[in-house]
Amino acid sequence: MPERRIVITGLGAICALGRNKDEFWDSLARGVCGIRPLETVDRTQFRVQNGAEVLGYDPAEHFPGKEREQLDRFAQFAVTAGREAVADSGIEWRDEQRERAAIVTGSCVGGQATENEGYENLYVLKNPRVNPLTIPRSMENAGASRLSLEFGITGPVYTVSTACSSSNHAIGQAFWLLRQGVCDMALAGGSEAPFGTGVLKAWEAMRVLAPDTCRPFSKDRRGLVLGEGGAMLVMETLEAARARGARIYAEILGFGMSSDAHHLTQPAAEGAARAMRSALSDGGVDSSQVGYINAHGTGTLANDPTEVAAIRSVFNSHAGDLAVSSTKSMHGHALGAAGAIEAVATILALDRGLLPPTANFTERDPQCDIDVIPNTAREQKVDYALSNSFAFGGLNAVLALGRFRG
Amino acid sequence: MNDELTQRVIKIIAATQHIELEKITPESTFQELGIDSLDGINILFALENEFSIDIPDDAGQQIRTVREMVNGVRTLISGGDPAQAQA
Repeated sequence: MPERRIVITGLGAICALGRNKDEFWDSLARGVCGIRPLETVDRTQFRVQNGAEVLGYDPAEHFPGKEREQLDRFAQFAVTAGREAVADSGIEWRDEQRERAAIVTGSCVGGQATENEGYENLYVLKNPRVNPLTIPRSMENAGASRLSLEFGITGPVYTVSTACSSSNHAIGQAFWLLRQGVCDMALAGGSEAPFGTGVLKAWEAMRVLAPDTCRPFSKDRRGLVLGEGGAMLVMETLEAARARGARIYAEILGFGMSSDAHHLTQPAAEGAARAMRSALSDGGVDSSQVGYINAHGTGTLANDPTEVAAIRSVFNSHAGDLAVSSTKSMHGHALGAAGAIEAVATILALDRGLLPPTANFTERDPQCDIDVIPNTAREQKVDYALSNSFAFGGLNAVLALGRFRG
Repeated sequence: MNDELTQRVIKIIAATQHIELEKITPESTFQELGIDSLDGINILFALENEFSIDIPDDAGQQIRTVREMVNGVRTLISGGDPAQAQA
């Protein structure tokens, strides 16, 4: 069987930069920062005051009645983005297509708001009864399962949880399912809604949260800023996309993953580099062809120089010609949704010929000496791009994407 | 019978299921009201909180109509075994 080419034909996104992919892209292109004082939690309990929340989101607009009560905020984001991606792709499902379609999602903390509410009832309010929807609301696969029900998709449907790499692993897995011929269409991405007391306190305790804003690669960076949201891609074989006359945004060419086997939380350049090499080799892309990297770029002291060292080791002298940006500077670090949100950013960058910037950049750091597209988006046509995700626990997942050229 | 207890149970069903109050009668079956097993356990949870009762799993599983639900709650409030409640 000749190798199947896999293309992206639908996009959906919801995050601090917008409630749909068009608002999201408009903010990215303008270099808008979505990091603001947190509104959905009582800030007085936290040292951290800022986050990248989805603003103006009314669940009732998307999920009437019982449906809303069955879905935690994180699953709502997966479904909202999934619906947008499917509508955007223009797919009209036939029964035989539903059996040959897959859904793979990623999430790190899942329905933490629901769990938090249950624990508060149980331990604080001493209410002996826990809401019976706690289990179906908080399971990490809640979004994937709802999308499966909604679109009648009966092929492989599952969720992966690999901390901050979750949705890159999800997209990569869906890509491989498609390329292997296990399915013909896939909806893949991830979602996260981490703004709850327990999760915020836990992240504070890690001492990696910036007190002000997210300044990836900048000398005065002080850490990451948490974000929330979801993003989904419709992926299908080039043949299927052409047969239905679909609009093609980009081609997904390769997927690479690795484990550092080094430290629970400290990143290792070699692990990240192996994931990037692996994605390039999986996609048959030569490193010299890559023009843009959407970096993991969390803005922590440890990540950014390690990631730059990894990029230099993969690209050698070509590293000086690369444009690299961290869009987390604008939409925050949405943990298990980060890879999917950044994949949408990268795909639109390839499609539109405009590279989103690293916002909040103030001062060059000699340890992160690379072109980070500081503060202003750049008009530049790029043929190949990588989108990096590296997780606590040392798990790395990298996507290789290409501008679609027929 | 359409007493105060029945009205309270109907109100809880209406509120948890987002159904108009007028559409629910003691004779309504869960099937007619579009209440599935997951909805059912959500109603039991609300009833337990409303009446400060504990509804045993097997009693809850047998309920198919609003009247059975009301009778079960009535039996539990009076300290009886809901599995023996008359439909």
